[in-house]
Order: sequence, then structure tokens, then C-alpha cells
Amino acid sequence: MSKTLVEKIWDAHVVKSEEGFPDILYIDTHLIHEVTSPQAFDGLRKRGLPVFRPKQTVATADHNVPTLNQLLPIKEELSRYQVDMLTKNCAEFGVELYGLGHPFQGIVHVIGPELGITLPGKTMVCGDSHTSTHGAFGAIAFGIGTSQVEQVFATQCLLQQKPKTMKIEVNGTLGKGVTAKDIILYIIAKISAAGGTGYFIEYAGSAIESLSMEARMTICNMSIEMGARGGLIAPDQITFDYIKGREFAPKGEEWDKSLAYWKTLYSDADAKFDSVLTFDAADISPMITYGTNPGMGMGIQEHIPATKAQPETEQLSYQKALDYMGFEDDASLIGKPVDYVFIGSCTNSRIEDLREVAEFVKDKHKAENVTVWIVPGSKQVEQQAKNEGLDKIFENAGFQLREPGCSACLGMNEDKIPAGKYCVSTSNRNFEGRQGPNARTLLVSPLTAAAAAVTGKITDVRDLLAEA
Amino acid sequence: MKKFEKLTSSVVPLPIENIDTDQIIPARFLKATTRDGFGENLFRDWRYDSDNQPKADFVLNNPTYTGKVLVAGKNFGCGSSREHAAWAIQDAGFDTVISSFFADIFKGNALNNGLLPIQVSDEFLAQIFKAVEQDANSALEVDLEQQTVTIVATGAQTAFEINPYKKSCLINGYDDIDFILNQKNLIEDFEASKAL
Repeated sequence: MSKTLVEKIWDAHVVKSEEGFPDILYIDTHLIHEVTSPQAFDGLRKRGLPVFRPKQTVATADHNVPTLNQLLPIKEELSRYQVDMLTKNCAEFGVELYGLGHPFQGIVHVIGPELGITLPGKTMVCGDSHTSTHGAFGAIAFGIGTSQVEQVFATQCLLQQKPKTMKIEVNGTLGKGVTAKDIILYIIAKISAAGGTGYFIEYAGSAIESLSMEARMTICNMSIEMGARGGLIAPDQITFDYIKGREFAPKGEEWDKSLAYWKTLYSDADAKFDSVLTFDAADISPMITYGTNPGMGMGIQEHIPATKAQPETEQLSYQKALDYMGFEDDASLIGKPVDYVFIGSCTNSRIEDLREVAEFVKDKHKAENVTVWIVPGSKQVEQQAKNEGLDKIFENAGFQLREPGCSACLGMNEDKIPAGKYCVSTSNRNFEGRQGPNARTLLVSPLTAAAAAVTGKITDVRDLLAEA
Repeated sequence: MKKFEKLTSSVVPLPIENIDTDQIIPARFLKATTRDGFGENLFRDWRYDSDNQPKADFVLNNPTYTGKVLVAGKNFGCGSSREHAAWAIQDAGFDTVISSFFADIFKGNALNNGLLPIQVSDEFLAQIFKAVEQDANSALEVDLEQQTVTIVATGAQTAFEINPYKKSCLINGYDDIDFILNQKNLIEDFEASKAL
């Protein structure tokens, strides 16, 4: 019988499937971090259980860490306690930890792929909704709650309903200045912040196939922003080339065996999806969000849709969002001054993102009214940026290159955007207060963020690329 | 996990759509390492101003509205996977959340903690809001066994869906770990079959 890629991987991991019950799904790799794991470790202690498969569990500290002076003790007491607790728990339960100071430390969804832990055909979970990132390799990867973290600790399995499948095809060629981030913001704007709920999405089509692995990760990362449990892309030569030689990637005979299996991981030609959507890459322009959920996005040259044009039951929430942002119906955002530019997060903090920004700002300088933070996704990305001299370019441009972590994506650690300020951000969520109480977030690509940094206002990056 | 019992209660209405988990419990309050105490920061930035003073216009600060049932607009619980959102709602005294649509992860987290998420139609949701608007003490009856919600004042009733396995977990107060642990030999057999 023909199967979708999701079904192939799912079926290969079902320990037990029984009518009237969710499947017992085997989990190959469990990634953990300091925020959503302590209560799960506590649960194990209360039940008197060990971590069932500690070698299939990898930990790092990312959400709550400072991004300056990381080797000094964390100033904020509760944050320090939580990070220390992770260290203690990992030691007690025999889990490998890439904590602060370790050369592999970084955002959990950046280090998995770069270390060769993320592989095609795997099932992977983490107590973090952006676990969908790993789907870029053709893996089933999704975010879970803390009770489920405890479940995976205890059994290496999860009780899960098999999800519905959706195929999103993007065909054609992207225009100048349009990137993977714009593709995903465009799709979310089209189908809304709830449009993918209940589905696992497979991204396909020529525009997706032509993307690098890091760009594919950006796409899969934001699957959750339309409500989908996960998103994935069939592995191909680009995937295999990216994985080969990485720290924990299979080697020698093991590599050949794995590769042969990975090549079977695609949706069969006549496989049936529960839903199929098709988009044309040529229709996509650089995107920006204007509201307080990622579905409230538009092409940067467009005007904010009118409240009256929204369905009647949604007008109150829509108006509330615009009020929060300080925007009005029909307004254009072009030329609007910005206060902060944040380039980072599990969506856009990889070396290609930093290279793209550096290439653009070379011989340019940030506008005076803007504070610019560049937060690499991992120690390895940070080191690579320095090896390539990107740090010098950022320094000359007046951009601050900080140390790895989730940083200003979620306003949990020290990096917060002040109340009322506008932050043009490469992260994934523009919720109220996401980057700090009353902070206002505009989601964009790294290139559009770099353009805003240089001009000090919201800018169509294509105008600057045309000048060059 | 505590058992879910049939309940009749007044409701707290929150007719806003796309309420994300960052609103339910902002990230800066996720630093605790236990499951308790998150209720005091439930809807923190909607509930308190920057000087930590309660905002009079927010429903949780309005003594007119009380009860064990939170009723909210569609796509409730979208965004982050933080289970702290379910803990915060429960810690603040709610036993059930009603909406016309839930985000997946929130729904799973709620069920794993004995907090019942009930999805009703847009029309029934509007009826609940209307009943509460007319009488703030208007009660709902939630019957998990029968899978029904009833607006007591009008007698309007709707059925809701719940996975039969999850339903029995809630009614009996047991969780997924108990269920899977009983089948550990199957997991070991599965691992052995993959290693061949």
C-alpha cells in the first residue's frame, strides 16, 4: 500500500496499535533543556524510576541562559537555580549534558542537527514546540509537554494518535531578497495560526527542494505557528551531504546502511494526504507581521488589512492586536522607525543566517536609533562566525555579537525588549509580551532584519539590494 | 492525577481568540522547578499592570465572575508547548476549559493533568457567552461520563468528543505512564527487533 513519508516513519516506530487507544510510539531521540524537564525528573524520583534509555537522551541549557559573560555565574537567582538543577538531574540520571561552557552548547534545535544527532527516519521529541525544526531531515519531530517528557524518560515511548497529513507544495523560483523565512511566513499568513492544527505537514515542490538544509530547518521550525504538530521534508542529496562527517553521524559501514535506508524515505507517488495546498514561489515577497500572532503577516509593501474586513466574531481580537502594536487599519509599515533588531532564535541563528546578514552589512553601519543583537544558535556557530571573520563585520557595523541561547526570542532570560519598543526580529512568535512585557515584535527574515538595522526603519530589502 | 467528577459551576468568560500560552503564563514565570504556584501568574500581563497592580477591566479581577470553568475564544492555547499553562489554569482553580477550538499540544497537556478541555461549536460558545452576559452567575453543567455540557438556565445542551482512553484516564485518575509501564516488555521486544 502506498504511504506518505509520515506514515512510513510512524509505522516503523509503532510498538503497539490497538483499537480505541492511542498508538504506543517509540522515540529514538529525546532532547531536553532546563525549563521543561525539572518537574519530569521529579516525577521519576517520586515513582522510583530511572531514565529508561539515557543514551538516547541529550541535554543542553538554552532558554534561561544569559548571552553575555556566560562563564560567570548567572546573576538571576531563579535562572541559575534552574540551570544548576539541570546539571544535577543529568548527573543523577546519567544523561549527557552540553551545558554552559561546553563547546557543543547551544539552542537545542540548532545543536541536534549540527552534531549529526538529527537524522532522517528518526522519531524525535523535546519539551519545546519548535522541535518541528528537525523535520527538515525527514524525521518525525514534535514538541511535547512536561508530563510527556516524564513519559519518554520512563519508557522511551509516547502514547500518540496518528496525525492527519497535509502536503504543502511550493513550486517555482524565489525572487531577489526573498528567503525561506518569507516562504513560511507567507504560508502561515495564508492558512492562519490555526490552519495546520491536527496535521503533520510535508513540505515539497521545487522551491523547497532547492533550499539548503538550514533554510529547510527555518521552514519546518515554524510549522507549529500554524498549529501543526510537525513539518518535514523528504531527505535528498542535500540532506545526506549536510549530515556526512558530523560528530555523531553514522560512519563507515553504518553510514552505507543508513544511507540505503534514508533513500527509501519519501512519500509514494500515489500516497494520499488528508489535505494538499499549493503555492507559487513567485507570489512571495519579503514578509513582515503586523499583529500578535504569526498568522497576521503580509508582504512588506502591503497595507494592514482593515478590521472590518475580518469575520465579525474575530474583530474584537483583531482590533486588540492592532491596538497592542500601535498600528491602524490600512497603514503601510514601510518607513516606520524601529528600536531593536534581534537576529537569532531556533528559527534563524545558524551560520548561513549570520553569513547572509554579514554579506549585506559589509561596509554599512547600523542606524543610530537602533540596538542590534546577533545571537548565534550555538557555540559552534559562534566559533565558525569568528573563524570566517563575521565578528569583525558585525563589530564594524555596530552590531553586537552575543553568546548562544534563546535570548530575546522569549523574554525569559536577561535579554528583553523594553515596553512599547518595536523589535524587528528573526524569531518565530509575535505574541503580546513574548520578547518582554509590552514589547512589540515584527517577525521578518534575517535579510529584512539587516535592512531595518541599517536604515533604522522598516525597509523593503529589495530596494537596497537593487542599489548594490 | 485527581479524578474528574461531574461538575456544575458558574464560569469565567474570556471571549478572545488565539489566546497563546505566553499570555496564559509568560516565559519569565517559568523558572520554578515544581508544578505548584503558577496560578498566581495566570494571565499575568492581562491581569496586572507594570506596577503589579490588578487591572480592573480584566475578568479575573472582577469578583462578579467566578467558577471552575474557563470559557475562551477559538484556538485556545496556541504557541509554546509549556505545560505550565495547564498547571497555571488548574492552580487558579479551574477544572475545565471550554473553547470552540484548541491547539493540539495544550489540549494534550491539559488532559495529562486532569484539566478537561471541551471543544464546542462556535454557536454553542456564543450561547454560553450570551448566558453569562445576561447573568454572571449563569451555571454550566459538565458531565464527562455522558460527554455533555448544559447551560443550566436555558437547558441548552451539547455533546463533546473525547478519546475513550483519555476519558477513562480522567474518570479513574490514572495517567499514560501507568499505562505504558504495564507494557514495558513490548518496548524491549520492539528494541530487540530493531537491533537485528
